[in-house]
Amino acid sequence: MSDIFDIYLLEAVLNGLLLGGLFALLSLGLNLVFGVIDVVWICYAELIMCGMYGVYYLHVQYHWPLLLAMAASVGIVAFLGWLLHQFVIRPVLNAEPINQLLVTGGVLFFLQAAATLVFGIEFRNLGVTLPSVRLGEMSFSAARLVAFGAALGGVIALYLFLTRTYLGTAIRAISQDRAIMPLMGVDPARIFALTSALGGALAGLGACLLVLQYDVHPAIGLSFGPITFLICVLGGLGNMVGGFIAAFVFAQFIAVGGFFFAVEWGYVIAFVFFIAVMFWRPRGILGK
Amino acid sequence: MNYPLHLAILVLLWGYIYTSWSVMGRLGLVSFGHGAFMGIGAYTVVMLWNYYGISPWLGALAALAFSAVVALVIGYPCFRFRIVGHYFALVTLALSEVARLVITAWRDTTGGSLGATPLGALHEGASISLAAMQFSDKRIWLAIVAACWALGLWVWHRVDRSMARLALQAISEEEEAAASIGIHVTRAKLRITLISALMTCLGGVLYAQYQLYVNPDAVSGIAISLQMVFGVIAGGMFVMVGPTVGAAFTLLLAEGLRLAFGNRYPALDTTIYGVMLVLFIIYMPKGILGAALELWRRRPIGQTFRT
Repeated sequence: MSDIFDIYLLEAVLNGLLLGGLFALLSLGLNLVFGVIDVVWICYAELIMCGMYGVYYLHVQYHWPLLLAMAASVGIVAFLGWLLHQFVIRPVLNAEPINQLLVTGGVLFFLQAAATLVFGIEFRNLGVTLPSVRLGEMSFSAARLVAFGAALGGVIALYLFLTRTYLGTAIRAISQDRAIMPLMGVDPARIFALTSALGGALAGLGACLLVLQYDVHPAIGLSFGPITFLICVLGGLGNMVGGFIAAFVFAQFIAVGGFFFAVEWGYVIAFVFFIAVMFWRPRGILGK
Repeated sequence: MNYPLHLAILVLLWGYIYTSWSVMGRLGLVSFGHGAFMGIGAYTVVMLWNYYGISPWLGALAALAFSAVVALVIGYPCFRFRIVGHYFALVTLALSEVARLVITAWRDTTGGSLGATPLGALHEGASISLAAMQFSDKRIWLAIVAACWALGLWVWHRVDRSMARLALQAISEEEEAAASIGIHVTRAKLRITLISALMTCLGGVLYAQYQLYVNPDAVSGIAISLQMVFGVIAGGMFVMVGPTVGAAFTLLLAEGLRLAFGNRYPALDTTIYGVMLVLFIIYMPKGILGAALELWRRRPIGQTFRT
C-alpha cells in the first residue's frame, strides 16, 4: 500500500518539475522586460492569450501546419510587444512607476474584452493530443515534456544571446546604467523597442506551449497572470536566475499541494508561501 | 421605476467601495488586494447566516473583525519591511488571489465558483426582514447605500484634513526623509490601511445583501481588485467625489452601450473602457473629474489676463 502511495507522490513531484519548466519560461519574458526597461507588464498573460488564439486560428481555421502557425504566432506576439512599448509604455516612461504598472493594466482590460468581442467566450481546443509517456508505473503528458524542453532551450538561447552578441551586451549594459550608455553610443529607444519585441516573442513561445495543454478562452490570462508575476517577484524582479528557481519552487507547491488536497489549495499554499517570503526577503530571494 | 432606482443604488454602492479604496490609494499605497476585503465581507455574512442563522448585522461585525485581522497581518510586515510601489501592489495581489482561491476551494461550504445565495427570509406578504437584512423595497436599499456613501465621503474628508494625510504624503514622496523628521511610517500607513480595508469590507457586506447572491469571481480576486483601482483612476483619484464619478461613468457606459446595441456585442463596454483607461493614464492622470475641475478653474484666470 505504502509503495503505491510513494510512486504517486513521486509522479506528482516530477509533474511539478515539468510544470516548473513551463512557469520558468512564462516568467522569462516578463523578467527580461522588467530588468531592462524597469516596467512590469501586468498584461503579459494577455499577450500570451493573443498568441494562443493566433496558433488556434492559423492552425484550425486556416489549416496552416502546426509548427508554421506557432512560428507565426511568436512573430505576432513579438510585434504586439513592440506595439505595446511604442504606444503605451513610451509615453509614460518618465512618469511615476505605479502609473507604468497601471497603464498596462488598462491594456489587460482592453485585450481581454477585445478577445471576448472578437472570439466569443467559448473555450477553444487545438485538437492536438500528444501521447502520454509512461515511465514504470508513472505517466507524464508529452506536452509537458515538450514544454519543459522548450523552456530550457529558451533560457539557454536567451543567455547566449545576452552574453555572446553585441546587441545582447548592449541590452545588459543599458539595464545596468540607463544614463551613461547613451554617451557610449547606445540608443536606449532602440534597445527598449528591441527588448519589448524579445519579451513579446518569449510570451509567444509560452503561448505555443500552453496551447498544447490548455483550452484558450478570453479569461485565461487571469489564471496564468498572477502566478507569473508572483514568480518574478519571488525570484527578485528582473533577476532571471531567481525567477527560474522561484518557478520550480512554486510548481512544487502546486503539484504536491494538489496531490494531497485539491489543486486550488496547492495554489493557496504557494501564494501564502509567497507572502511569507516577501516579509523575509522583500526584494525576492535573489533580489538586490 | 425600479430600473433607475437599481442603477442609482449600484452607482452609490460602487462609488462607496471605490471611495474606500481611494482613501489609501491616493496616498501612494496602491493596493491590488481590496478584493480580499470585499470577499471577506460578502462571504462572512452569507456563511454565518446560512449555517448558523446569525443575523447579517452581527455577521457584519464578525466580517469587520476578520478584515481588520487580515489587514494587520498583511499590512504590518509590509510596512515594517518597507515593501512599497510595485512590490506592495504585487504582494496585495497575492492576497486577493488567496481570498478567491480559498472561497473556490472550500466548495463544500461556500458552493465554490457557482456562488452562494443567502437563505430567503421574506415570507409571503412581507417585504422587510430586518433581522436578515433583506428588503424587497429598493427605496430602503437606496437609503442604506446612500448613508454609507455619505459616510465614506465623510471619512475621506476627515482623512484629507488630518495630519495623517500630510504625513502619508510626505512618506509617499520620500520614505526615509519622512521617517527622519519624526513620522512613524509604519503606524501611519497601518492606520490608513485599516480604515480603507474596513470600509471595503462593509461594501462587500452591502453588496451580498443587496444582490442576494455572491460568487468568488464577483467579490474577490484580481479582476475585482483591478476594477476598483481603475474605477478610481477613471473618475479622479484626488477629488472627493472622483471615485463616485468613476463608478457612475463605468456603469452608465456599460448600460448605455447595452441599450444602444442590445446584447449583440457582449464586451464592447470593457473594450472601450480599456482603451479609455490607457488614454486616461497617459494624457489625463487626474481622471475625468480632476481634469474637468482643472479646466473650470483655469478659465476665469485666462479671461482676466485677456482683458
